[in-house]
Amino acid sequence: MREIPSVPVVITEIIEESPSIRTFVFSRRFPAEPGHFCMVWVPGTDEIPMAFSAQNAITVQKVGEATEALFALSRGDEIGIKGPLGNGFTPSGRTLAVAGGVGAAPLRLLATSGVADDFILGARTADELLFPEELAKCTNLQCATDDGTYGHHGFVTDLLRAADPTSYDTICVCGPEVMMKAVLAILIEAGCPENGQFSLHRYMKCGVGICGSCCIDPTGLRVCRDGPVFTGDIIVESEFGSYARDASGRRKSF
Amino acid sequence: MVTLIPGEITVGGVRLHNHCMLAAGVLGTTGASLARMLRAGAGGVVTKSIGPEPKEGHKGPCVAVYDGAMMNAMGLPNPSHDFIGELDGLTESPVIASIFGGTPEEFGEVADWFAGRVQALELNLSCPHAEGYGAAVGADPDMVEQCTRAAKHSGLPVWVKLTPNVTDITEIGLAAERGGADAIVAVNTVKAMRISTNFRRPVLGNGMGGLSGPAIFPVAVRCVWELYEACEIPIIGCGGVSSADNVVEMMMAGASAVEIGSAVIEDTEIFRQITESLYRRDGGECPEDIVGCAHA
Ligand SMILES: Cc1cc2nc3c(=O)[nH]c(=O)nc-3n(C[C@H](O)[C@H](O)[C@H](O)COP(=O)(O)OP(=O)(O)OC[C@H]3O[C@@H](n4cnc5c(N)ncnc54)[C@H](O)[C@@H]3O)c2cc1C
Ligand code: FES
Repeated sequence: MREIPSVPVVITEIIEESPSIRTFVFSRRFPAEPGHFCMVWVPGTDEIPMAFSAQNAITVQKVGEATEALFALSRGDEIGIKGPLGNGFTPSGRTLAVAGGVGAAPLRLLATSGVADDFILGARTADELLFPEELAKCTNLQCATDDGTYGHHGFVTDLLRAADPTSYDTICVCGPEVMMKAVLAILIEAGCPENGQFSLHRYMKCGVGICGSCCIDPTGLRVCRDGPVFTGDIIVESEFGSYARDASGRRKSF
Repeated sequence: MVTLIPGEITVGGVRLHNHCMLAAGVLGTTGASLARMLRAGAGGVVTKSIGPEPKEGHKGPCVAVYDGAMMNAMGLPNPSHDFIGELDGLTESPVIASIFGGTPEEFGEVADWFAGRVQALELNLSCPHAEGYGAAVGADPDMVEQCTRAAKHSGLPVWVKLTPNVTDITEIGLAAERGGADAIVAVNTVKAMRISTNFRRPVLGNGMGGLSGPAIFPVAVRCVWELYEACEIPIIGCGGVSSADNVVEMMMAGASAVEIGSAVIEDTEIFRQITESLYRRDGGECPEDIVGCAHA
């Protein structure tokens, strides 16, 4: 058994990406590959999972107690980072990234590593599109907004259909589960669910594969350790898109 | 290394595929996860501890991993009665339900939910970091006896898991025996704390936690030894077991079987790895001759 330290880091920069999303850059780089995550200790509040959006940054949407506590921090404050954790994406060949909302966080690292050829980025509205300038520099970027305030008026799935999913060897996906489910349906239709790599989100207590709070049905695979990235063929006949368990372990439908 | 003859065994009223079970609280939140560990070679599996009301558990950090030890304060998160549904499809398998409560009545209530669903109950009288539950009950011999008796009304075999955080563990073991326990599980985690010098606060959200892993193996062996001297019912050794030789050592101290928890962090295949080196059809010794042999 080897130590998995929670490394204290100083927040060196806070970038306001949108009204509810901020990137926290910290004083240290971690050997994170695209799709790896960390457990972020907000001292006095909680420890929560966050994808690495860069080797020295996380990008956080404010949704509840711990993320609010993060938003209350300033430059110079410290947090604990335990990671990199999880399996990460394993892209090969021609690669497409499909992101919805804050799901762009892990895929940003994929793009900045130069691995993503094309990128489909979606959000509810123009304000909430994450990293559009940066992603446009290193990928061939297409955007979609639900309200039509920027790019395609509609969903990322419309752009995916038009892009011909079969022309990619790897399709890396992260976003709300309903969106990922719709992407998987398209890949199944196109006959290539195994080319899809989906980064899942489940309630995580330990993040290191011991407690069982993040296990998915019917395989019992741990999202924190066997995942968070799973190929479409692994999750096609699973709870994915139907339900997830809360902190107590009770099932909640989407 | 000492090896054993393979084969099914019966301990505390439960037929097990082998001597190595999955310990409570580790990958036991869902039926699918329990089934996965059985497929991965566990001789039996113990569920996450289930209580009278759903609980979300403590705020994080819930787990801290060190070289040779792990510390946790989950806070008994559990879906309560909803968990019963997780066991569909596992009723014929060697599944033991871990349950907890604050009073004998609560133990009795939760125990009844599991009648006909599992092979046995394991009473969590020993969680060191949940207010009013677990060790708060498990350090009091009268409470242990009453809770055991209440759970026995379910008709299921009852195993009682003990806390090492008491002066004399045999007193508690004997209380469980008086209450009608079918086996004793020894031990739960050792009450512990670490402080982050950087943040000047305990590393666990709850402050206090429970230590497990190789660091507590000597404590667990000692407890099993003492209980073997004092009690008649079978003992299941738990605490830091991480190799086939550790299994044999626990058995020599007096354990009829073992539970493995923290070592699962290395690899979910740990049960297959351990049992592959533990058993030999040719040259293996009879397990009954090994149990308690160090006391001779
Ligand atoms: C592998 C992984 C990577 C993630 N990456 C990002 C990211 O890059 N950016 C981002 O903004 N969010 C990310 N999340 C989601 C993030 O973990 C939650 O938004 C955060 O935990 C909410 O905490 P809270 O206390 O503010 O909210 P709460 O009020 O506690 O809950 C709000 C929501 O967050 C979920 N949540 C709360 N605690 C946890 C937990 N311990 N584990 C999982 N979900 C939880 C709840 O289920 C609920 O849906 C990721 C989650 C996972 C599992
Ligand atoms: S969060 Fe504990 S096993 Fe995944």
